[in-house]
Amino acid sequence: MNRVPLERKVLNENDRVAVELREEFRQHGVLCVNLVSSPGSGKTSLLERTLEQMPRSTRAAVLTGDLQTENDAARLRRFGFPVKQITTGGTCHLDARMIKRHLEDWRLEDLEYLIIENVGNLVCPSSYDLGEAAKIVLLSVTEGEDKPLKYPTIFFKAELMVLNKVDLLPYVPFDVEEAVENARRVHPAMEVIRVSCLTGHGVREWRTWLEHRRHVFLQTREQPVA
Amino acid sequence: MHEMGIANSILEAVRTEMERHPASRATRVGVRVGKLAAIDGESLRFCFDALKRETDLEELELEIEVCPRRHRCKLCGSEFTVRDYDFECPQCHGLASECLSGDELDLAYVEVEQYEPRTAGAQSS
Repeated sequence: MNRVPLERKVLNENDRVAVELREEFRQHGVLCVNLVSSPGSGKTSLLERTLEQMPRSTRAAVLTGDLQTENDAARLRRFGFPVKQITTGGTCHLDARMIKRHLEDWRLEDLEYLIIENVGNLVCPSSYDLGEAAKIVLLSVTEGEDKPLKYPTIFFKAELMVLNKVDLLPYVPFDVEEAVENARRVHPAMEVIRVSCLTGHGVREWRTWLEHRRHVFLQTREQPVA
Repeated sequence: MHEMGIANSILEAVRTEMERHPASRATRVGVRVGKLAAIDGESLRFCFDALKRETDLEELELEIEVCPRRHRCKLCGSEFTVRDYDFECPQCHGLASECLSGDELDLAYVEVEQYEPRTAGAQSS
């Protein structure tokens, strides 16, 4: 009997592709963010609002993932930015290879922002690095305040929590402070933005966050990723 | 439910490794799974067993080592295990700490056994 040490990631192949993608994004100054939430938290609505308000001169593109249908891409294409649907066929998350494949006929040098809308799922997407600069988690006020505690991995890995559907706060028993506290128990440095895609509340703050995040990204990209 | 994909990646990694060990079989593979890795051990084992059935790796056993969430206190530098989101440093009771580990999803080792030499080969002397 001989024990051979392997000492590498189980998702080695995914991570290898993710590192390649991250390096390409770095070289071309593309801020890539990966949006993750439960189904129905409002990822597509947030992107609709974002693209609607984005100056046409902004060079942004969206990859949107679902198990089936082109519905989300159709919703997002109305705003004139390049959008591609990734249908996973049944897989509960996007992986780095899917991203790479769908980027093949886009020129990264023409982009400033690449927004990835992951498959609606709080669990599996947290294990797959897509080469993004930041993961962003959405939580809506129709969900439980304890979701960060129930699904800690994604809240641990996300830089920003967008608390969506705040227009419903008068009608639902959702304690914002408790939700934020729970998120910060899992991830003390978590940033939080409150948004309503219906009224537009907070969308400007979220867009500013993206702009600022790209600014930081461009400043730090002088050092290549290890 | 991405444990099926994870289980498949583990089996693929073992097959790749076994290309370097001719005339041998893999008997056990060890993985390290962090508390924060969002992997359910039971479910991973179920998928692993289902995928290896009636393949060359049918006899392969899976060992899962669960790794705790470890933090380092930013004030006094001591390292501690976080349980139930209690981030208080047991040494200085400070609340500022950074996460060191706990989201592992690593292949640790594979145990390899050589096939018994054939009787015909043993007779050659």
